Amino acid sequence: MSDGRHNLDIAVSHDADGTAVIRLDGEIDLRTSPMLHERLIELAAQRPPRFLLELTQVSYMDSSGVGTIVDFKRRLERYGGRLVLVGPQPRVRGVLEITRLDRFFTITATIDEARQR
Amino acid sequence: MSPRDLQLELTSDPSELARVRELLGDWCQADGWDEQRRADIVLALDEALTNVIRHGYEGRPGQRIDVTVQHVRDAVRGEGLEITVRDYGRQVPIQSICGRDLRDLQPGGLGVHIIHGVMDSAEYTHAPGGGMRLVMRKYRGGAAGRPARPEPE
Repeated sequence: MSDGRHNLDIAVSHDADGTAVIRLDGEIDLRTSPMLHERLIELAAQRPPRFLLELTQVSYMDSSGVGTIVDFKRRLERYGGRLVLVGPQPRVRGVLEITRLDRFFTITATIDEARQR
Repeated sequence: MSPRDLQLELTSDPSELARVRELLGDWCQADGWDEQRRADIVLALDEALTNVIRHGYEGRPGQRIDVTVQHVRDAVRGEGLEITVRDYGRQVPIQSICGRDLRDLQPGGLGVHIIHGVMDSAEYTHAPGGGMRLVMRKYRGGAAGRPARPEPE
């Protein structure tokens, strides 16, 4: 029943200091979050010291997305890795606030600000 | 003019969710809901359907879910809308359906908490003949979704 317009694109690059930058573009829901979860697990297995998860182009996220990011953060913490969420749109930030998980994440407005952390 | 009440017969496939969000968002816009409350309502239905797919049908695709969206008027709270989500899956004890303890940083159990956070009321019952029924309401004069206060320490 999918019309093909509602997808999630995941692009990954690495900074010179080993920081992994993940850019998400699309919607995170029960359909797309399993694929995102799988990709994040693969990336966490490489153990970069820090991840910047850019959410600027994420127009929608539900609890399945929140759960995926929480699980990702826990995986990173096991080896001392860090996670910064970058530029969530108000509705995405709102979901984090409703679940009161915003306090558990470092959230910055821009990617440049995230790199300073 | 307000749009007519909405009746949807869906299946338990995650690929349905984006279409339903779009459809309900358009309906709410035609019904004059502001952007914040539209987003709240759409999120609540998405979370309700996600719970049915995950827990009611335990991930089995192709199972029936009925959704109705209708106008309501409460003597005290005024005009609003009521969304009913009915499935034919597993019945779970009503007392087991609750938002998880937010002090515990674990995925899972977030959906019910979000529904209660963005809607003015939400009530689960066992549907006659099997399955669950969720009735959620949001009133035009109610608060737009934001974290409940006070926060636990």
